[in-house]
Amino acid sequence: MTVATRIGEASVPRLPRHVRLRFDETRGQWILLAPERVLMPDEIAIEVLQRCDGVASVAAIADALAAKYAAPRDEVGRDVVEMLQDLADKGLLVA
Amino acid sequence: MTALAPPLALLAELTHRCPLQCPYCSNPVELERAAGELDTQAWMRVLDEAASLGVLQVHFSGGEPTARKDLEALIAHAAGRGLYTNLITAGVLIDARRMAALVAAGLDHVQLSIQDSEPANADRIGGLAGGHARKREAARIVREAGLPLTINAVVHRQNLGHLDAIIDLAVALGAGRLEVAHVQYYGWALKNRAALMPTRAQLEQATEIVMAARERLKGTLVIDYVVPDYYARRPKSCMGGWGRRFLNVNPAGKVLPCHAAQTITGLEFDSVLERPLADIWATSEAFRRFRGTDWMPEPCRSCDRREIDWGGCRCQAFALTGDAEATDPACALSPDHADLVATAERDSAGSTPDFVYRRIRAVAPAS
Repeated sequence: MTVATRIGEASVPRLPRHVRLRFDETRGQWILLAPERVLMPDEIAIEVLQRCDGVASVAAIADALAAKYAAPRDEVGRDVVEMLQDLADKGLLVA
Repeated sequence: MTALAPPLALLAELTHRCPLQCPYCSNPVELERAAGELDTQAWMRVLDEAASLGVLQVHFSGGEPTARKDLEALIAHAAGRGLYTNLITAGVLIDARRMAALVAAGLDHVQLSIQDSEPANADRIGGLAGGHARKREAARIVREAGLPLTINAVVHRQNLGHLDAIIDLAVALGAGRLEVAHVQYYGWALKNRAALMPTRAQLEQATEIVMAARERLKGTLVIDYVVPDYYARRPKSCMGGWGRRFLNVNPAGKVLPCHAAQTITGLEFDSVLERPLADIWATSEAFRRFRGTDWMPEPCRSCDRREIDWGGCRCQAFALTGDAEATDPACALSPDHADLVATAERDSAGSTPDFVYRRIRAVAPAS
């Protein structure tokens, strides 16, 4: 059996083998393909997912996004953790 | 009118052949024989056309899709077109060698059915001695191959008492997802309704068990729950709307808006052997018939949920009222709803008849 993933600033998130983020030419948008699910994440979520490469930590991802959008770092960090925890609970993200 | 969106998913029913004989099988009562199945080249063309049309996921199903020797070739072809591939299987024909070939072909995910947690009852329901043990072995092989596993458990009066154990079994088998699906009553299941229908109390208890398990297993097991709509107040959003997100190609190449659509007599279905898939999706009479909301009579037409449930299920409306345009009797606003509830209560409280097992009927060959 699998063990629940807890996401924190130190986590290094990545998409598992069976979850794929790809650009769909037909619809002109990014999509997340998962077992019997098709998700169409919003632009911010896509930015986060594109950085979930198994190398960058949540802290590094939050740093990058906070800098890029000149947004409060602690707020960005909380949002990123919340979003990734939700995906992990659905089995769509590992760390 | 907005432009027609492309479908998200294709259900590729490769064959109606299956070693199991579940009495609630979603296949039509008139099953297609092997001789009538599309060949490999035709399926590859269907996959190409589906990818070009905008389909993102292909569910290889049946019958039992692993009964086809070209399954690996078809999965490889789909994967090559960027399609997400899912195998919907009974598992009893899978060994480690076959699984390795499917993984090498690019298979993304496996959905494995179980009939119960109790081996003897599971084998009785599936109509295959030793089937349950082979399914457990198949689950082990899938996980060992590194693929994610969904367990699909169709539940009804004759296995609902084991729901806790079914959930435990899904966890023990290493599933990341479990579908607890109450029987939907069309085709074979409609024939067996009196043997399958749960009581309202059984349904409520099952719902409580699922809700508690979801909380307890958060992050370990995702549980999708399909409720039996005979006891619902509002109908399910069947297929997410007719001809809206989904298409189904049956073993003979007919293109259907849902796997049960052939139960509606009078609908004509186009074949991939005669017309391109994109053309069928856009203009086939069977797809246009109940697409959107223009076809709806009252009370659906003016209902504020018309673009939430899309009028519920056309096959159910036809099966129960003889009119495919009627409001789905699962909706409390349907004039037929009271009869539906009475039927469920009567069937669930009555004695349990023997199953009518799913079998390819012996018929005289066409002259």
